[in-house]
Order: sequence, then C-alpha cells, then structure tokens
Amino acid sequence: MVAEAKGAEAGGLVFHPMDQFIVEPFFGDGAVSWYTITNSTVWMAIAVLAVFALLVMGTSKRAIVPTRMQSVAELAYGFIYKMVEDICGKEGVKYFPYIMTLFMFIVFSNFLGLLPMAFTPTSHIAVTAIMAFAVFFAVTILGFVKHGASFLELFWVSSAPLALRPILALIEVISYFVRPVSHSIRLAGNMMAGHAVIKVFAGFAAIAAIAPLSVVAITAMYGLEVLVSFIQAYVFTILTCVYLKDALHPHH
Amino acid sequence: MEGDIVQMGAYIGAGLACMGMGGAAVGVGNVAGNFLAGALRNPSAAAGQTATLFIGIAFAEALGIFSFLVALLLMFAV
Repeated sequence: MVAEAKGAEAGGLVFHPMDQFIVEPFFGDGAVSWYTITNSTVWMAIAVLAVFALLVMGTSKRAIVPTRMQSVAELAYGFIYKMVEDICGKEGVKYFPYIMTLFMFIVFSNFLGLLPMAFTPTSHIAVTAIMAFAVFFAVTILGFVKHGASFLELFWVSSAPLALRPILALIEVISYFVRPVSHSIRLAGNMMAGHAVIKVFAGFAAIAAIAPLSVVAITAMYGLEVLVSFIQAYVFTILTCVYLKDALHPHH
Repeated sequence: MEGDIVQMGAYIGAGLACMGMGGAAVGVGNVAGNFLAGALRNPSAAAGQTATLFIGIAFAEALGIFSFLVALLLMFAV
C-alpha cells in the first residue's frame, strides 16, 4: 500500500511521511519474499535481543541489592504479574508468561522504533494482527475447553431484562468478533499516526521561517510518543487480560 | 487518474471518515474527565481504578479506530 507513496511526488516535502513504513530488504535491494531479511525482521530481532538482555542477563546475578538492570526487570515483571492477578484472578496466573512475552515484545518494539532511522515493526497491521488473532483464537479455544458449550453464556447477559437479552446477545456476538480487529488496529494505528506526525513536522523544518517552531513541535510530539508507546503496550496487554478473564469466567 | 470519479469519491469518503475521530475524542475525554472528577472526590480509591480507566479509554478509542480503518480501506483497498 505504501509502495506508491515512495518518491518525492508530494509538493513541499522532500520525503513522504509514509516512506518510513516501507518494508524493504535489509541487505541490498530486490524483491521481498517470505524468507528475505527485511528492516522489519531486523528490528523485531533487535527487540527480542533487548528483551533477552534485560530479563535474562539483567537478572542473572540474582543480587539481593539489585543493580539498575535487575530492578527494571523486576519492576516490569511485578507490574505485569500484578495486572494479570488483579484482572484474571488466581487461575489467570498460569497464562502470565504469554502475557509477559506480549508486553515485553510490544514495549521494546515501540521504544526501539522511536530511535532515529529505526523501523517500528508494530506500526504494521500484519504484525499486530498476528498477535491479536493469536490472542483471540487462544482465548476462544480456552473458553470452550474450560467451559464447553456453557462458554456461550458469555453472550447471554443474565442480569438484563429478558426482553432485551436477544438484542444484547447479538451486540455481544458482534463485539466479540470485532475484538481482534480493534485490538490490532489500535496498536498499529497509534504507532503509524504518531510517527507520521513527527515526519510531517520534520518536513516543515525545510522552510527557514518556521524551522524553530518545527523543532519545538517535534520535541513535544516525541515526548508524547514516548508516553503513547508505553500506554499502547499497556493497553494491548490489559485487553489481553480482560479477554482472558472472559474466557475463564464467562458468567455474568 | 484524471476524471476518475470513483477515486474522487473514495478520497472524499476517506476525508469524511476522519470525522469519526472527533467522536472518539469526545468519548476519551469523557472517560478521562469523569475519572478525574471521581478521583478528586475520593483520591484513595483512584489508584485501584486506573486499569478500568485504561480499559474504558481503549474501548472508546476503538470506535475512532474503526473510522480510521474505513479511511484506510477507502484509500488503499477500494
């Protein structure tokens, strides 16, 4: 979709704000096949290595008085653990490793994508949709395995008046199937929009009269983006917990 | 490209779809504002409800994201 965006066809801009999202081979150029090492895969690998460095190497010493790395790792662990326990209850803790993995990968992809010249894998719906649909299918299958057909009571709101229940059931079913769509597009859309806005302001820097204003605007947007990167990872994780809770306790 | 009325309609539609973002903005502002109003009345209970706040914001934001999705579909898929 962004293939046609490449090139300087846009009037005042030297570059197109969407150019940064083009997936291209990391070594040389040529066609992108499924096995090609692209900038997307490289930055995903860097994110995984960074998570590994923080969580495995940071905690390898197991010091009583933690180093800075170790306390960040412990903080992240405790933060997600508490979230899973608060929302899903004791039974949800079994699925904590999956949720922790999702959170760490997303938060590191988002933060590393903020580096200049970096690529944000989570700005692509293809990446976030895989994660969202994995959560969706996992949660649905888990619900049916745990509760059998009574999992369908999730859609039958027994606290509502009887006359309203069929209508509510229809709405609940629709909202259930829309979940993976909103789950994935929320993350990708926020990442893509934020990076594009920064690039648009960067384009204004070429005009000398408003260049200082543009620098200020980029700085402000960058600060906001750091916040958004974390909050979107947090929201993705917390919604995963909420969906997991629905699968574990489908009765209203 | 010139005289392509379908393309023109798609672009106008994509622009109109962006109005949905205004609705999402009102929704998110409502959630956050009411949270703050409640939190100032009872600050001790606020810390336990931040998760609910973010879930509420996420759900309100989801509908704005659908308008973004419609715009994207009109721009690149239709």
